[in-house]
Amino acid sequence: MSIQEAAAVVRERDYVGAKMGMWVFLFTELLLFGGMFLLYSVYRSKYPAAFHKAAADLNIYLGTGNTVILLTSSLTMALSIAALKKAETKRSCLMQFVTISLGLVFLVNKYIEWSAHIHHGIYPDSAVILAMSRGEIIFFSLYYVMTGIHGLHVIVGAGAIAVTLLFTARGKITSGDFVKLENAGLYWHFVDIIWIYLFPLFYLIT
Amino acid sequence: MVQESFLSADEGRYRGIFAWIFSTDHKRIGLMYLAAILSFFAVGVTLGVLMRINLIDPGRFISEKTYNSLFTVHGVIMIFLFIIPGIPASLGNFFLPILLGAKDVAFSRINLLSWWLYMTGGIIVVLSVFLPGGAPDTGWTFYAPYSIRTGSNVSLALFGVFLLGFSSILTGLNFVTTIHRLRAPGMTWFRMPLFAWSLYATAWTQVLATPILGITLLLLILERTFGIGFFDPTKGGDPILFEHLFWIYSHPAVYIMILPAMGVVTEIFPVFSKRTVFGYKAIAFSSLAIAFFGYLVWGHHMFTSGMSDTSRIIFSLITFLVAVPSGVKVFNWIATLYKGSIEVDAPLLYSLAFIFLFSIGGLTGLINGTLSLNLYIHGTYFIVGHFHYTMFGGTGFGFFAGLHYWFPKMFGKMYSERTAKLAWVIMFVGFNILYFTMFILGLQGMPRRYFQYLPQFRTNHIISTVGSWIFVTGLIIMFGNLIVSLFKGKKASPNPWGGKTLEWQIASPPPRENFGTIAVIDHGPYKYD
Repeated sequence: MSIQEAAAVVRERDYVGAKMGMWVFLFTELLLFGGMFLLYSVYRSKYPAAFHKAAADLNIYLGTGNTVILLTSSLTMALSIAALKKAETKRSCLMQFVTISLGLVFLVNKYIEWSAHIHHGIYPDSAVILAMSRGEIIFFSLYYVMTGIHGLHVIVGAGAIAVTLLFTARGKITSGDFVKLENAGLYWHFVDIIWIYLFPLFYLIT
Repeated sequence: MVQESFLSADEGRYRGIFAWIFSTDHKRIGLMYLAAILSFFAVGVTLGVLMRINLIDPGRFISEKTYNSLFTVHGVIMIFLFIIPGIPASLGNFFLPILLGAKDVAFSRINLLSWWLYMTGGIIVVLSVFLPGGAPDTGWTFYAPYSIRTGSNVSLALFGVFLLGFSSILTGLNFVTTIHRLRAPGMTWFRMPLFAWSLYATAWTQVLATPILGITLLLLILERTFGIGFFDPTKGGDPILFEHLFWIYSHPAVYIMILPAMGVVTEIFPVFSKRTVFGYKAIAFSSLAIAFFGYLVWGHHMFTSGMSDTSRIIFSLITFLVAVPSGVKVFNWIATLYKGSIEVDAPLLYSLAFIFLFSIGGLTGLINGTLSLNLYIHGTYFIVGHFHYTMFGGTGFGFFAGLHYWFPKMFGKMYSERTAKLAWVIMFVGFNILYFTMFILGLQGMPRRYFQYLPQFRTNHIISTVGSWIFVTGLIIMFGNLIVSLFKGKKASPNPWGGKTLEWQIASPPPRENFGTIAVIDHGPYKYD
């Protein structure tokens, strides 16, 4: 084995290093959302009454449904890793597929929610919203921005799992080398956790 | 076994330029960063000189609007394209794995991705200058609400900087993992060269601070595109919050800029005084302390923006605390030189200039951090003088010191020592004429970023501009010397300075795989006795 190959093998197999890189990356994602949570907390303490009033406009059933969907998808993601560790490739692929599908259902719900608001003329800079109080303007902007950027993360996460699904099916991710799948799983759980915070902050504060 | 140098040995299936721009070799990526960073630096310097030329006789050469764009683009390029990536992405990428005894960084493909993001971001920033709409004119700080209202290409520039931030995060993430996972056998944390320690502190700051900038700039883009109103008072938003979010990143970013330069000179002092570095652990921990305190002082940029007195006193106090670890470093460097057998070569001269200029920058920083004085000098040329002394006198000279120190290793060629020293003298003189005058202008009350000024400031403005010409002459001689040496320099030996760290134990330029075999490390990095 040449030195180059030996180095490549050492690099590919550094399980701890790969996990560490992912965790550090998740810190950065957390801080990215942290900036928005900071804005949320400042504006909520500034306009508590308006936030309560505006939150009543959100559809709590769709929000709860989406929470259940995302939590279930985290479960299926974890199951896919457990299956792969037992070398049950097919079941792992199925579970990853279910995870992606649940992610897509989440996005469809989000689409229904957003389009209902937009249909009522509630979106940033619209005539309807500019007629509202300042606190309500900020609430809805926060709602669109935070759930929008979260939605982007759902899309990225589903894309990442689509890649690991392909890799698992082709035998590039195996029961002996599954760190890519675990990292995609970590990312998915992170997206889930962010939603766990968004849900009460927007839907349950009335 | 003699291996081919990384400069000539192509890896994989690519040839020619593709063997560079698709290379995952940390040394090639380091050199590509170096070339790109120095090119952007040349653009930034040109813009700076144009500003100085305007200030000889405002309005004669340059219009008001152009001047606003000049100081904005000068700032954006110098901060985000030169100083922040400067040392870590170029010298750090090249030398960190070698100093640790590794073959590459932990994630070599992500390393290449970060270079591509850097180039894309850089090109977008440059495009924002030339596209219709006009160059950004907000100042590099993009303060709301003006940045929301101006019609210039601010959104494009913001997106460019967003990508640069992403690139910076990936570099930081890579370095943290590399230092944790890829140290050679026997290289414990306290046997790491101190440059690696400073990069470690920098990398954490890059990772933990940059996302805040990312989201802030993203929100500003959304603000301009959709009118979300977070920073717009007419919609219930608060522009001061933009300042907070901006400085929560941008103050730690100051330490992203200076820490690697401190690491570079820490490598240089022991080698040119042939003494073990004084107070290894103190220097290592002071890097971490600077990075830590750096998070907690952002408010000192906003003393006059509107903050409670309690917060201002706390921010001022913590600002003073940052001076302690910085002072620890300066005293340790001096103590390293004490009783050493000093060889006054170019890298040492540039490092000494670093100590001198950085000390002036640091001490004037304490003046800025004093609440009562800050009210008087806030937003004047005093601030401009202060941050050019720390950033350019500090990081800039540290970078040049590193370039001269590692040039023979990177390219296998020696430069002309005499010319390097000549350039150093000219730059040192020019620098002080250019920027020290700004302290005086600031104390006299000249506000920064103003296009026009009262007649009593004229003499000092002319002195400062003449200084900029001297300084640029020195820069041209220095870079000319290095570029000529690339082609005509004498062949460098593997260890021209008598260094003890790992990079000097291998050929110049390093072979493709860095090390044939890695010896087990059983002692600290600076073993002179």
